[in-house]
Amino acid sequence: MNLDLILGILQIVLIATTPLVFAGIGELVTEKSGVLNLGVEGMMLVGAVSAFIILVITGSYFLAFFVSILSGIIMSGLFAFLVLFLMSNQIATGLALTIFGIGLSSMLGKQYIGTPIDGLSPWFFVIFSFLIVFLVSYFFYKTKVGLILRAVGESHNSAHALGYSVIKIRFLSILFGGSMCALAGSYISICYAPMWQEGMTAGRGWIALALVVFATWKPERVLIGAYIFGGVTILQMNLQALGLRFPGQFFSMAPYVATIIVLVLISSNKLRIKLSAPASLTIPFYKGR
Amino acid sequence: MNSLFPSIVSRSQSSGLMNFFVPIISIVLTLITGSIIFVLLGFDPVYALYTFFISPISSTYGISELFVKATPLALIAIGLSYCFKNNIYNIGAEGQLTMGAIFGGGIGILFHDTNAFWLLPLMIFAGAIGGALWGLVPAILKTKFNTNEILTSLMLVYVALFILDYLVVGPWKDPFGYSFPKSRPFSESGRMPLLFDGLRVHFGLIITLFLIFVSWFIFSKTIFGFQLKVSGYSPKAARYAGFNQTTLVFFAFAICGAFAGIAGLAEVSGPIGLLYRDISPNYGFTAIIVAFLGRLHPIGIIFASLVIALTYLGAEDAQLFLQIPSAVGFIFQGLVLFYLLGAELLINYKLTYKKLL
Repeated sequence: MNLDLILGILQIVLIATTPLVFAGIGELVTEKSGVLNLGVEGMMLVGAVSAFIILVITGSYFLAFFVSILSGIIMSGLFAFLVLFLMSNQIATGLALTIFGIGLSSMLGKQYIGTPIDGLSPWFFVIFSFLIVFLVSYFFYKTKVGLILRAVGESHNSAHALGYSVIKIRFLSILFGGSMCALAGSYISICYAPMWQEGMTAGRGWIALALVVFATWKPERVLIGAYIFGGVTILQMNLQALGLRFPGQFFSMAPYVATIIVLVLISSNKLRIKLSAPASLTIPFYKGR
Repeated sequence: MNSLFPSIVSRSQSSGLMNFFVPIISIVLTLITGSIIFVLLGFDPVYALYTFFISPISSTYGISELFVKATPLALIAIGLSYCFKNNIYNIGAEGQLTMGAIFGGGIGILFHDTNAFWLLPLMIFAGAIGGALWGLVPAILKTKFNTNEILTSLMLVYVALFILDYLVVGPWKDPFGYSFPKSRPFSESGRMPLLFDGLRVHFGLIITLFLIFVSWFIFSKTIFGFQLKVSGYSPKAARYAGFNQTTLVFFAFAICGAFAGIAGLAEVSGPIGLLYRDISPNYGFTAIIVAFLGRLHPIGIIFASLVIALTYLGAEDAQLFLQIPSAVGFIFQGLVLFYLLGAELLINYKLTYKKLL
């Protein structure tokens, strides 16, 4: 093992892990406000396809990312409307968002499969992913609005009684989550693997959801979790490439199995999960107008 | 004078009437949205809706196909209702379906040159076992290690799909299959008997109807069904009554997994006849919509499975005749679930106009 090889692997791990960080930190903010959005995978796919299509049509990277984030805001806005104003079941609504997103992205992207584009260098986004985690951490623990957001997630009735607008804060948190998921998706279709393919996020949205549990709802730990998963993914790819006499499918399933194992290790401490999960998670807020 | 916007007022008791109407409202709203989408895509909405929803079932063959698609959806959805009634979110039915197809199909491949009456029952049994075992993994992780079943059951879908992929390109590959990733065909007695000559609707439909009837009996006439319902409505009341939540979780997952496994086996031994990579067009996920649309009620699930099966057929016809990508079917499925969840508000709340003066 020489230094170049190690640096090379490190680079690949950084590039592969970045979308997990974006999606994970977005979902973390949403969950901190007391809302569970299982639509991460759907929002990532729609974000990925919209960025790709806009890039092919206009050739502008800026517009591509802009429209992609807009798509994330619209998708999560739809979710927010249902769960906040119509008080629908968050778990079922999130699943609906994912199913809808899978359908919408494959319909929109049908004619763009195989279209070549010039990929964008990922490094700006890699650095940005670290920055956003520390910004979110600062926001939660050093600013007043961050404290209010956490209070809304812990006890919406108390926050409401203190005069904070539970619905407004949750709405904005959901939109932030949606835009981060869309950013993760557009990073995948423009930087990580510059192409469009149906279902190309390959379950990363669900891994991002697992990351939030792994991080026990603490922003910096999303980074640790994401890099463990990213590392496992790259490790299995490299081992597969070595051509070991072992079927490739068993390597490919490694990230998903690793997710299960890590979830089990973290969750088996019941008290830790109970103390760190936002107490109002998935509970709808009804003001009793 | 009344205020312009209605306000939402909690009902003291959920409305049974709305419970019935909400699915219908959501289907109507989906059709309206669907016609708007078709207009935006530049199609005559009447012709497009006709192509999507009427022409697929305007022949005997079409109606048979509708039942072919509805069979796995209804069977998985009734299984899911064991979980959902108890607020257990098993969303990994697609993996349990795959495992059922692997276990049952494995028996079919082992006895590929045997023709005997016991072969199909053995395959169905193995399919049920495979699905149930795969379903028990998240159940064990949830009860023993407090692990979120949504994420584990979903991750296991990917694992099951990779196992199937490994088997059909590796050890179970058809030696005479020109290296295509598919298994040997099952023997004639390992196939689901067809119900009518020339139509693909098969014995799996009878199994599904039987299991739906059994489930209706369990839900409405047994203590177990009552326990499921109570612990879903109020976990505290269930604990106080001394119901064992761990046992309920195990049973719900095992039954759901077994039903999904049978559905998977019925697919591979019915219309397909062998094992290959893409045995299910997301039946396991779409069945979640069927379960909700049918309001977790056996009769509702039968109707919902037919409606959602129609979106599969309509999507195929739309691709053929209108050149709309068949993914539009998933959009309709997503929309119907959105409207359903939104309209559920009407069950537990009512809209009233406040008097301003």
